[in-house]
Amino acid sequence: MASPSYDGLQAGAEIAPKQYQVTRRDLVRYAGASGDFNVIHWNERIAKSVGLPDVIAHGMLTMALAGRFLTEWAGDPAAVTEFGVRFSSPVVVPDDDKGALVEIAGVVTGKLDDHQVSVDVTARSGDTKVLTRAHAVVRLQ
Amino acid sequence: MAINPDYEGRTFESSEPYEVSRVKIAEFADAIGEPSPLCRDRAAAQAAGYPDVIAPPTFAIVVTSADTARLVSDPGLGVNYAMVVHGEQSFSHTRPLRAGDVVVAQSTIESIKQVRNMTTLSTVTEVRTVDGEHVCTARSTLVERGA
Repeated sequence: MASPSYDGLQAGAEIAPKQYQVTRRDLVRYAGASGDFNVIHWNERIAKSVGLPDVIAHGMLTMALAGRFLTEWAGDPAAVTEFGVRFSSPVVVPDDDKGALVEIAGVVTGKLDDHQVSVDVTARSGDTKVLTRAHAVVRLQ
Repeated sequence: MAINPDYEGRTFESSEPYEVSRVKIAEFADAIGEPSPLCRDRAAAQAAGYPDVIAPPTFAIVVTSADTARLVSDPGLGVNYAMVVHGEQSFSHTRPLRAGDVVVAQSTIESIKQVRNMTTLSTVTEVRTVDGEHVCTARSTLVERGA
C-alpha cells in the first residue's frame, strides 16, 4: 500500500482495519524485549489466582501493535510523534495456537501543521474494546 | 495500605544512563512485528536522514517503565505492586530514540487520586540524552486496585 499523502487526506478518512494475532509465544517474546516480566503475562495459575480469566497480554504490547498499525500506514517508524491510550480491558490470550485476535482501526480526525494529522484509533479483541481514548499525531509525507 | 498522598508533586533523581543499542531496537521491532528496515538496517536509516537505526514509537517504555518501577518501589510511597494494573500511557516525542543514544529518565508524580476503592498514580517521565537534548515525554497512570 502506498503511503498516504498529507495533501490528499481529509478529516474523516478511514484507515483500513488490520488484525493482529497474539499468542503466548508473542507474550514471552515481548516480555524479553520490553523487560516486563510480570507473571500475569505468562503464568496462567497466578493470573487466575488474582482474578483474571487467563493469561493477559501486556497493555504495552497492544499499544505497540496500534503504534505499528500507524507507522505501517504512514510508511515510517518515526511518523508517530504523539500517542496516548487508555487500557480499558485486557486482551485474554488462551494457551492454544491461535491465541487472541486484536483488530485495530483508525480515522483521521484533523489536519495539523507541519504535515501532521490527528488520528483516533480503536482496538478490539472479540467484542471488547481493549483501548479507549487512543489518540495519535502522525507526520506524513 | 494506601498510597501516600504526600508524594504528589515529588520529582525523583534521574536514572542511571541507558545506552540504546541497535540489537535492542531490532529485538523490540521483532517482538511487535514492526517491519521497517529503518529499525534494523543502519544504511537504510542513514539514507532516510537518521544517524543510525531508529526505534518504534513505544520503545521508550523500555527506558521509562524501568524508571517508574524504581519510583513505585520506594517504600515510603506504599504501593502494593501485586494489585497494580496499567491504566493509561502516552508518549510525546521530540525525535525518535535511536541507536547510540545515551539517555536518562527523570520522573515526577503528577497526581495521586482516590477513585472509589482504587488509587491512581500518574507520573510524567522526561527522557533526555546525557547532553540534555529532550527526546520524549512519557505519561503513565498506574491503578492500584483495592483489596
